[in-house]
Amino acid sequence: MGTYKTSDFRKGLKVQIDGEPYSMIEMNFVKPGKGNAFYKCKLRNLLRHTTLDRTYKGGDSLESADVEEITAQYLYRQADTFVFMQNETYEQYELSAEQVGDAWRFLKEGMPCSIMLFNENPITMTPPNHVELKVEYCEPGAKGDTATNVTKPVKLETGAEVLAPAFINMGNVIKVDTRSGDYVERVSV
Amino acid sequence: MRANLLRRLRDFFHQHGVWEVETPLLSADTVIDRHIDPIRVTLAADSNSAAAAPTYWLQTSPEFGMKRLLAAYAQPIYQITRAFRADEVGAWHNPEFTIVEWYRPAHAMHDAITFLSQLADTLLNSGPAKTTSYRSAFQRCLGLDPMACSEADLRRKAQTLKLLDAASLANAQTWDRDTWLDLLLSQCVQPTLGENGAEIIYDYPASQAALARIRPGDPPLAERFELFVQGVELANGYCELQDADELRRRNQEANTLRQRDGKPPLPEESRLLQAMDHGLPACSGVALGFDRLTMLAAGAESIDQVIAFPIDRA
Repeated sequence: MGTYKTSDFRKGLKVQIDGEPYSMIEMNFVKPGKGNAFYKCKLRNLLRHTTLDRTYKGGDSLESADVEEITAQYLYRQADTFVFMQNETYEQYELSAEQVGDAWRFLKEGMPCSIMLFNENPITMTPPNHVELKVEYCEPGAKGDTATNVTKPVKLETGAEVLAPAFINMGNVIKVDTRSGDYVERVSV
Repeated sequence: MRANLLRRLRDFFHQHGVWEVETPLLSADTVIDRHIDPIRVTLAADSNSAAAAPTYWLQTSPEFGMKRLLAAYAQPIYQITRAFRADEVGAWHNPEFTIVEWYRPAHAMHDAITFLSQLADTLLNSGPAKTTSYRSAFQRCLGLDPMACSEADLRRKAQTLKLLDAASLANAQTWDRDTWLDLLLSQCVQPTLGENGAEIIYDYPASQAALARIRPGDPPLAERFELFVQGVELANGYCELQDADELRRRNQEANTLRQRDGKPPLPEESRLLQAMDHGLPACSGVALGFDRLTMLAAGAESIDQVIAFPIDRA
């Protein structure tokens, strides 16, 4: 396992502390002209999403983390296990319900997702920022109601429930932002 | 903005009878500083002949060249040039930066401080600089006497102020006194310096003298001073060390500390030492970061905003 010296420190660096992977999300270089260099870093734990504030002195080092991001398509769910496959290698990756988190609500077979690997094992999954999903169930909208500020809950084919404008009907395909869970637009009727 | 400041800067020096000079950026000698890493350059066109070619250094400041001129001519001189320091990248640092440096013979620290204060006021309208000793600045901000307190006191202070979390603190077992002082200065004291204008800190600990003269006393103090404006370190000045043997001793010590910090030692003999053997006139010298001056004048938050092509786009 390699190490990063303080001079390698920059935003986005993946490092290992106490055996867990972290991403450097902030790095401030502070140095009195004739004095010691200090690196004030904010690090996010990639497993638990907690953050750490650490100060390092010039010349310190951190272990590098073997973290890689790959694209894999979602295959299926078996109980609490979600299975993905990397298209080029046919390698399959299994993530637990806990690792997938809330994102399961937007997962549809064949969807290309981003999976983060730590020491070649999957740790987190991110679905595409925007997904297009079919409305499986909703209350019928009033005819001619095209206002977008009147919303109602709609149930999508993947099981997610989002708020959509009143004119959306069952069978429509809508675009949803997976980061916020917000309705974006109607794709087709 | 830069062009306007440069013109006013040259006017200021011209009005005070200080001559503009030029010295090489590339030199066989380099200043030995514990915490400044010069960039090594090989005078070869290709890597095949590099091994046999002489090693040169990109200057970290024009100090050596200008002092050699002073030893020869003993006239007040200034220079606006580029300096290079490896691994210094941040909101206030770029590895290549513009430095303004001046030397005036036969000026005591008090006069040098007044001159620096006038220069800052002329360029930034910062008013006359408040002057505070290094010791009083620490006492004012931290209620701690930096000259008398123990290393453990400094460490405890950093801990009480939560400057370091538990793991960083454990990591800091090997830090020496000056490292703790640097941490407290940069994190707690510095942001308060020159809050409403300009403030000049003087009489540094002897261990941080660099190339300043040390005034004997209890404790002995370095005749070194620094200008801060709105918490930003803008300039560093010395009543210059004239004693060549003392400089040889400090070079050795700096190299020992560098090696302890895991850094390569730097060549100790230099043409400056030879010039100092023949005599350097009593003088004061100041170096000022021109990019930071521009940042303050422009209200910029990052040095990238005042440099045409910062290092990652250079």
